[in-house]
Amino acid sequence: MSSAAATEAGSPTERLTLVEGVREGLHTEMERDDRVMVLGEDVGKNGGVFRATEGLMEEFGGGRVVDTPLAESGIVGSAIGLALSGLRPVAEMQFMGFMYPAFDQLVSHAARLRSRSHGQYTCPMVVRAPYGGGIRAPEHHSESKEAFFVHEPGLKVVIPSTPADAKGLLTAAIRDPDPVVFLEPKLIYRAFREDVPQNSYEVSLGEASVRREGSDISVYTWGAMTRPTLIAADNLADEHGVDCEVVDLRTLSPLDVGTVVASFEKTGRAAVVHEAPKTAGVGAEIATTIQEEALMYQKAPIKRIAGLDAPMPLHALEDYYLPQAVRIQDGILETVEF
Amino acid sequence: MSTQDDADYQHSIGAAQSGDEPIRVLDDDGHLLSSAEPPALSEAELLEMYADIKLARHFDQRAVSFQRQGRIATYAPMTGQEGSQVATSHALDDEDWLFPTYRDHAAKYVHGADLATLLKTLRGYREGYSVPEDVNLMPEYIPIATQVPQAMGMAWGQLLQGNDDTAVLCHLGDGATSEGDFHEGLNFAGVFDVPAVFVCNNNQWAISMPRERQTASGTIAEKAHAYGVEGVRVDGMDPLAVYAVTRAAIKKAKAPTDDERRPTLIESVQYRYGAHTTSDDPSVYRDETESETWRDRDPLDRLETYLYQTDVLDAEREAVIEARVEDEVSAAIETAERAETSPERMVEHVYEETPDRLQEQLDELNALREKYGDDAFAEVLG
Ligand SMILES: Cc1ncc(C[n+]2csc(CCOP(=O)(O)OP(=O)(O)O)c2C)c(N)n1
Repeated sequence: MSSAAATEAGSPTERLTLVEGVREGLHTEMERDDRVMVLGEDVGKNGGVFRATEGLMEEFGGGRVVDTPLAESGIVGSAIGLALSGLRPVAEMQFMGFMYPAFDQLVSHAARLRSRSHGQYTCPMVVRAPYGGGIRAPEHHSESKEAFFVHEPGLKVVIPSTPADAKGLLTAAIRDPDPVVFLEPKLIYRAFREDVPQNSYEVSLGEASVRREGSDISVYTWGAMTRPTLIAADNLADEHGVDCEVVDLRTLSPLDVGTVVASFEKTGRAAVVHEAPKTAGVGAEIATTIQEEALMYQKAPIKRIAGLDAPMPLHALEDYYLPQAVRIQDGILETVEF
Repeated sequence: MSTQDDADYQHSIGAAQSGDEPIRVLDDDGHLLSSAEPPALSEAELLEMYADIKLARHFDQRAVSFQRQGRIATYAPMTGQEGSQVATSHALDDEDWLFPTYRDHAAKYVHGADLATLLKTLRGYREGYSVPEDVNLMPEYIPIATQVPQAMGMAWGQLLQGNDDTAVLCHLGDGATSEGDFHEGLNFAGVFDVPAVFVCNNNQWAISMPRERQTASGTIAEKAHAYGVEGVRVDGMDPLAVYAVTRAAIKKAKAPTDDERRPTLIESVQYRYGAHTTSDDPSVYRDETESETWRDRDPLDRLETYLYQTDVLDAEREAVIEARVEDEVSAAIETAERAETSPERMVEHVYEETPDRLQEQLDELNALREKYGDDAFAEVLG
C-alpha cells in the first residue's frame, strides 16, 4: 500500500479504525502546524457525533477546536475567511446530506477564489463530511453525492477506504494549497482495523491505489464500496477463475487518469462500482475517460454497478439500493463473458 | 412590537408577566397562578389534552425501549416536550397546516397523523411518511430549519388565494434559529405579513450545544422583532399557557386587527429530559442534575394536579385514560410490526411516471434477487 511507502521506515504503528485514522490525521497535523484549526457542529465537547474529533478540544483548547452554531453556510463561509486570514481551517459537516446549505459557499467561492483573483487569494481549507449508506440512519443521513463536488472545477475531492489512507490523505488535504472536500465512508468508520504509522505522513492526493492485481478486468471503486468489491473479486477468483484488478481511486478530483488507463490497457475490460445514483455519477466520467484514452484496448462494454436513480430509501430497503457483493460479481461476470 | 402591545397580548390571555419572563398559567406545582385566567377549554377538551400528553409520554418510553431492542432505528425522544407539542396542536383548527420536525411525534399525532404509520418510518419504511388525506400535515423535516421558508410559503399561498380560515404552524428547534433558512423564512413572513405561527421548541440544547452558544441574543422570541414579526415567550412545560398563546397567535394570523401583524414567533421554553436521539450520549456534554430542576416543572404532572384540583380528573377517570392510552400504543406497535415493504417501493413515486431507465434498474435488481435469493442482499459488507 502506498501509504506505507510514504512512511519513514521504522515508524512505530498502532492498529486503528478508519475514524481513528481521521482523528490521528487531525491530531498530528494540529501538533505540527499551529495554524490548523477544527470547527463545526458538536466537534468540541462532544468530540463529533462519530467521535472523529474526540479529545482534540481537551488537548488544543476551544480556540483551535471550535463548537459553532448550527449553520453550514456560516461554517464553510467563515472557514473561507479563516483561510484567507492565514489559518488552515478543517470544517466538519455533520453529514454529507446536510452540506447543501454550504453548497453556495463551496462552489461559488471556495472553488474559485484562486481563479477569480488570478492567484492573488487562495483558499487552503478542508471540508470533512461522513457520507454513504448502510448504517440504518434516518432520511438524508445516507447520501452519496460526491459527483456534485467533482463537477466543480477548483475543488479537490478525496475519499479514503482504509485507516492508514484516512490519516495520510487527510494530512495531505490539510497541507494542500487548494480547498479539499474530504468524504468519509461512515459504513466502514469502525468496520476493521489496520496498522497505521504513528508519525505524520502524507498519502499524495490524485493517486489511485491498486488494491488487487489482476488481468481479466479492471474494477474501479472508492470509499465503502472497496470492501464488497474486494470480496466479489475473491469470490470470482475462487468460483469462476476470473482475475480482477481492483483500483481504489482515493481521489475523485483530480482523477488519476494514468492509473485508470494503465490498468484498462492491461485488462481491456472495466466495471465501476459506486453507491451513488448511476446517472451522472462519477462512474460515467471514468467510463468516458477510458473511451477517450484507450478505446483500442476495449474488449467489452464498460459496466456501471451503482445505486439506483431513486432517492436513497429508508433503512429497511437500503441493502437493496447499495451494490452488494452478488450484484458486483454478476456485473463483472457479464462483462468478462461478453 | 411595542412594549405596550406586549403587555396587551399577555393581558389578553390573562397572564400579567412582563419582559423576558415566559408567560405562564400554572405555577411549578400545577396551581393556577393568581394573575392568570385558564384558557377557555371545556372539561372534555382538557381531558383530551391530558390524555394526549399521557399517550405521548407512554409512546416515547416504548419507542426508546424498542430502539434498544433493535426493533426500530434511531429515535428522537420528546419526554419533557410533549406538553408543548400537544398544546400547540390542540390550538390548531383542522384546516390549519402543520410543518413538523423529526421530534414532533405528538404534535403530528394530535393533528391527525396515525400512530402506526409514524412507527413505520422508524422501522425504515418510507410509507411511514404518508399522511391521511384529510389531514393538513407535512412529513417530518430532518434537515434543520428547511421547513421555515416552506411553511411561510404555504401561509403566503393561503393569503394570496384568499383562504382566510387557514393558518400554518411551523415547528423548529433552538438550533434551527442559527440557520440562514430561519432568517430568510421569518424575514419573508414579516414582509408579506403571512398567516403563520412559528413555534421554536427551545429545549435548551442542539445536540451538545447549549442555547447560549447558539445565539448571543437574550431570548429567541426577541429575534422576531428584527423581522417585524410578533415574538412571545411561553413556559413550554405549562400546557395551558402554550395552548393560550398558540390559540391567540393562530386567531391573529387569520384575522388580525388593524394594528396587528399576522405572523408570530413563539419561543416555547422547555427541556428534553432524554438524549438528543437514541444515538447520542448527553453525559459527555451535559450535567445530568440539570434535568432534575426541569422535572420539577413537568408538564404532565402540572396538568394532572390542575385537573385534580378543579375536579375535572379523578382516580377513576385517570385509570380509564391510562388503559386506553396503553391499548392504543400497543395496537399501533402491532400494526407497524406487521407491516411489510418491498424493493419496488424504492422507485415508486420518484416521478409520477417511472422513467424507463429507472424501471430497468429495478428489473435488473429483481432478476438478481430471483437468481441469488434475498439473503444475499442482507449486508453490504458481506
Ligand atoms: C442542516 C442540518 N445540519 C445538521 C443536522 C444534524 N443535526 C440533527 S439535529 C441537530 C441539532 C438540532 O437542534 P435543535 O434545532 O435545537 O432541535 P432539537 O433536536 O434540540 O429538537 C443537528 C445539528 C441536520 N439535521 N440538518
